[in-house]
Order: sequence, then structure tokens, then C-alpha cells
Amino acid sequence: MNYFLTEEQEMLRELCAQIAREKFLPVREELDETGEFPRDIVKAIAASDIYGVYIPEEYGGFGGGVMEMCIATEEFSRVCGGIALAFSASALGAYPILLFGSDDQKKKYLPPIAEGSKLAAFALTEANAGSDAGAIETKAELDGGHYVLNGTKQWITGGGEADVYTVFVRTKKGAGIRGITALIVEKDTPGFTFGKKEDKMGIRASTTRELIFQDCRVPKENVIGREGMGFLVGMRTFDQSRPGVAAQALGIAQGAFDEAAKYARHREQFGQPIASFQGIQFMLADMATQIEAARCLVYQAARTIDAGARDVGKISAMAKLFASDVAMKVTTDAVQVLGGYGYMKEYPVEKMMRDAKITQIYEGTNQIQRVVIGSQVVKESAAKEKKE
Amino acid sequence: MKIAVLVKQVPDTTEVRIDRETNTLIREGVPSIINPFDMYAIEEGLRIREAAGEATVTVLSMGPPQVEDALRDALALGADDAVLLSDRAFAGSDTWSTSYTLASGIRKLGDVDVILCGKQAIDGDTAQVGPGVAQFLGLPQVTYVRKLEIGDGVATAQRMMEDGYDVLRVPLPALFTVVKEINEPRLPSLKGKMKAKKAEIPVWTRDDLDVDPSELGLDGSPTRVVRIFAPEPRGGGVVFEGDVDETVDRLAKELLPVIRGDSQ
Repeated sequence: MNYFLTEEQEMLRELCAQIAREKFLPVREELDETGEFPRDIVKAIAASDIYGVYIPEEYGGFGGGVMEMCIATEEFSRVCGGIALAFSASALGAYPILLFGSDDQKKKYLPPIAEGSKLAAFALTEANAGSDAGAIETKAELDGGHYVLNGTKQWITGGGEADVYTVFVRTKKGAGIRGITALIVEKDTPGFTFGKKEDKMGIRASTTRELIFQDCRVPKENVIGREGMGFLVGMRTFDQSRPGVAAQALGIAQGAFDEAAKYARHREQFGQPIASFQGIQFMLADMATQIEAARCLVYQAARTIDAGARDVGKISAMAKLFASDVAMKVTTDAVQVLGGYGYMKEYPVEKMMRDAKITQIYEGTNQIQRVVIGSQVVKESAAKEKKE
Repeated sequence: MKIAVLVKQVPDTTEVRIDRETNTLIREGVPSIINPFDMYAIEEGLRIREAAGEATVTVLSMGPPQVEDALRDALALGADDAVLLSDRAFAGSDTWSTSYTLASGIRKLGDVDVILCGKQAIDGDTAQVGPGVAQFLGLPQVTYVRKLEIGDGVATAQRMMEDGYDVLRVPLPALFTVVKEINEPRLPSLKGKMKAKKAEIPVWTRDDLDVDPSELGLDGSPTRVVRIFAPEPRGGGVVFEGDVDETVDRLAKELLPVIRGDSQ
């Protein structure tokens, strides 16, 4: 298949595949077991300049966009969807600064993130605010030149490991989504600690943890955009980052397919490789077709965003919705192709199936994606009728 | 400081095929990589450069034009320059004329302080070219180096031995062949790959080197490969167990005919 990548994008893909093969593969099983954060791999990704691929050159990056972020995430996720988050979770944390940060904020925070010497994390979810992001309760009250933060964030990818957190807080009581503000909080700020580390079903090589704020003072200049703009900052960030989740799902699906196809060619039953049976071939055919369809949508979304299109929420949500459903289906079928072996931890496909599940849930459940897509298509239909 | 690293492009498999007509290795149609041991030599060169501050790493190889790919891979890892020695006249070189040609290339580079090689190539497995280059250049050499410290005009090297290691102090310039214990090679960087893609790699031919043509290529190679065959598998050993006196007696009985030459 020709995906019409530029020479530089091909180079990036090749390099990320090499990093995944040489650095991820030998440790993925162990990290899945222990849940340890892969510090050495962060260093290797950084040394290869990958953390900066989606960051403009003026802030120390490579000058690429969402497409480059997706290529890296896809290649990493082919080998391990959990370790891949050591890269892509930092991108999610960096996007609010990249999209809405002041020039000073960009100059201060983006170069070390591009370099990989610092990791970023995105903190929105709370115990009572998941799909309903407007229900955020962590509050920030202005006291002179500082906001004073109190509350707890939940299920934060990279929590405790990242250095720069973009945190969504309530600055105005009862104002719904208009009372939310995005703030940059640095690790080691007094009053900012980490709580429970979650024991997860999949993506276990990534750390998911609570952030606890107790009278944590954050300077006013750390507001991203303006006070009350937080919900918009979050939603626009998702528009850019959802293709990344889609790319993660795509990579996981491709990795599972590769394992299933290889196994089917080598596994013999009834005196012949099971790949010679139509029942298996049809499964592989469906898996491959779904993966290609997902890839088209993911790349299309990424390229649309990078081309500077205005309303990208719909295509971005479509890519995330479709690719994550494909990942769940393909990984489940991969386990089926491997049969009993597929169910065992000795083979990687059961892990891929566990890793795939989260892509249907985080950065907006797939039900929320349908809300985004649904409201947009209804709006578009109405606009069309008006024109007629 | 000037560091030169000698690399060889090898087939990406340990299963090398052999041309039965010429009894040489078939390289066509096999994906090629930098000899894995040379990766450690490149890494060591980069580390010496980083520690020294002002230094350059030049990667040198002899071979057909496609060896340029291996040199670009070395540039992507961070080497400053690369030179390819390539000429029809070099074709068919054995370790003698390869060493001779590479040594001439290093002489042309001039003022090289440190020369690094992998301990051997995974295709031919001779481990002769590094030492041969040092010999042609009249330089000291340390083989199987597992640790290397470069000082002012002198290097301290740990040479791996079967039962430990030797510590040797060598005046520079000198040549070192390295083992995989010496470091962990880095991966290329995106910036390195971009730079490597655009880099001009000079090709030096016979005419660019100060060489005696009779020492080059197949004609200059004293080695003649008469036959290539898989060695007979060695039989398993015998373990004598039990009382010491008894086993010594048994051993003596088994060995005596061998010593006398009875057991042909």
C-alpha cells in the first residue's frame, strides 16, 4: 500500500519501527506484568528526536503536525500500545500549550517537551466528571497573583511521571462549562502530590494515577488562554489528539493482525497450515480490510487537521471511534485465530486485546464520539437545507 | 582529535550463501546491514568524540557502490563524515589486500589518532582486517577491547581474555578492535537520518590512493579458497564418574592407545 507519505514521514516511520523493535519488544511482556514506567525507553525516544515531531521548529521541534504524531504513535503501538503512551500521552499534555499557550508559555514549556527531557500530561477527568467534563469540581480560587487549587484528578495518564501538567479546574462556581479554566502546573509545586496508582486491565506500561491538590498555589500567568476558556481548550485539544488515540488503536490492530497472520501460516492442523482454510482466510481478510479502512480515516483526519481546516471535530471523532472499534474487533479475532495459544500470556495477542479496550473509552468514550459526530451531521444537514 | 571507524557491510543473516564456482560469498539479493560488531566501534567513536569535545568521527569502508547505504546509516548515528573506497580493482580482495587498501585510505585521511573496528565481521568471521590495517600502518593495536580510555597521546584499553582481561597502555595513534561488552550502540536520530540522506559521500578509487596495484583485489590476494565445506560434527565427550583411582585407571587405559597412535 502507498500512503503517500513524504520522504521525511517515511524516515520517521522507519525510525519509530526500529525503536519499537529494538527497545519495546524485549521488555513489553515484563512491563505489562510489572506496570513499571519505561524510563530508559523515554530516553531512547528522546535521543532519536521523536518527542518533537509535532512541535514547531521555533520551539525546538521537528516541525511536523498531527500526521507525524500519528505515524510515531502507530508504529510504537504495533509493538506495545502501553509503552507507546510514554510518547503520545506527553503529546496530549502538550497540545493545550501548543494550541492556546502564550508565546512565553510556549518558549518556556515546549522546548523541553520537544527534547523529551520533560514529559507533559493532561488532567481533566475526576471521579464525578468523565464524559460530562463540565462537572469538574477541582477548584481554583484567585489569591493575589496566584490561583489556589484544591481537589483531586483521577486516572491521569503519566501521573507522577510527567513534569508539566495541563490541569482543568473550576474557577467559577455554578457557571457550568464557562467556569472551567486550563492551567499549567509543574511537578514539585508545593501542595501538588500524587495519589493512588491504578491497577489496569491493559496499557499497563503506562502509569495512571490520581493528582491531589491541597492549597496548591499556581501563578496566574500559568493560565492557558483566558480564565473560563478551559472547556474550549480541552475540546480543541481533543480535536487534535483523538487521531492520536486512533493511531494507537490502529497500531494495536496491525500488531495483532501481523501476529495472527504469521501464526496461521505456521500452525498446522489436519495436516496443513490453518491459513489454508477459508474460515481462517476470511477472518484475516476482514481484519486486514478493517485495518486499511481505519488507516485511511486516521490519516485523512490527521492530514485535514494539518492542512488547517476549521471544523475538524467530526472527522477527528470519526477516526477515533472507527479505529478503536476496529482495534477491539481485530484483537478479539486475533485471539480467536490463535485459539488456546491466543488466550495464553505466552503469546502477545491477549495483551493486545486488553490494550485495545481503553481506546474505546478514553479521550471521550465512543458514545461521546457519536454525540460529537451526531450533533455535527445534524447541523450540517440543517445548513444544507437552508441553502436550498 | 581524529577518529576513524572501519565498517563492513554484511548480509543481514548469519546464513551466508556461497558461490560454488568462485568459492566467495554471494552478496547479491541479500538485505545488507553494518556488521553488528562495527556498530560497537561506531558507538565507541561517538562516545570518544563526545568526551573529547573537539573531535571528528570518519567512517571508512571498502566495497561496491551499495556500501554507501551502510555509510549513510553510520552518518545517521552521528558520524561526521564517511568515505567509500570503491573500485573494480578492489574486487575479490582477501583480508590481506582489504587491510592494505583500507590502510591506504586511512593514510590519505591523515593524522588519525584513533582507529576503531569491530572484533570481526559476521560473514567472514576472520578477525584479520583490523590487525592487518594496524600492521600496514605500522601502528600498535589492541584487539578484543571491552573498555577504552583515551588520554593525552595515550590510551588505556582492557583486552578481553578467556579468563579475565588485560589492561594495556598504548601510545596513540593506535588501532582497537572492540567486543560487544564495550558499550550499547545508540539508535539513529531523526536529525541524523535527515543529515545522512543529504550527505555527500566521497568515493576514493585506486587512482585516489597511493597504492601498489599488484597488492589490490583478487590478484593482490594471496589467499586461495580451495574448497568450502561444513566441518565434521565433533563427537560428544565421555564423562568418567566414580572413585578417583578407578577413573584415573580408566582414563589411562583410554588415552594410552591414542598417545601411542594405535587408534587411527
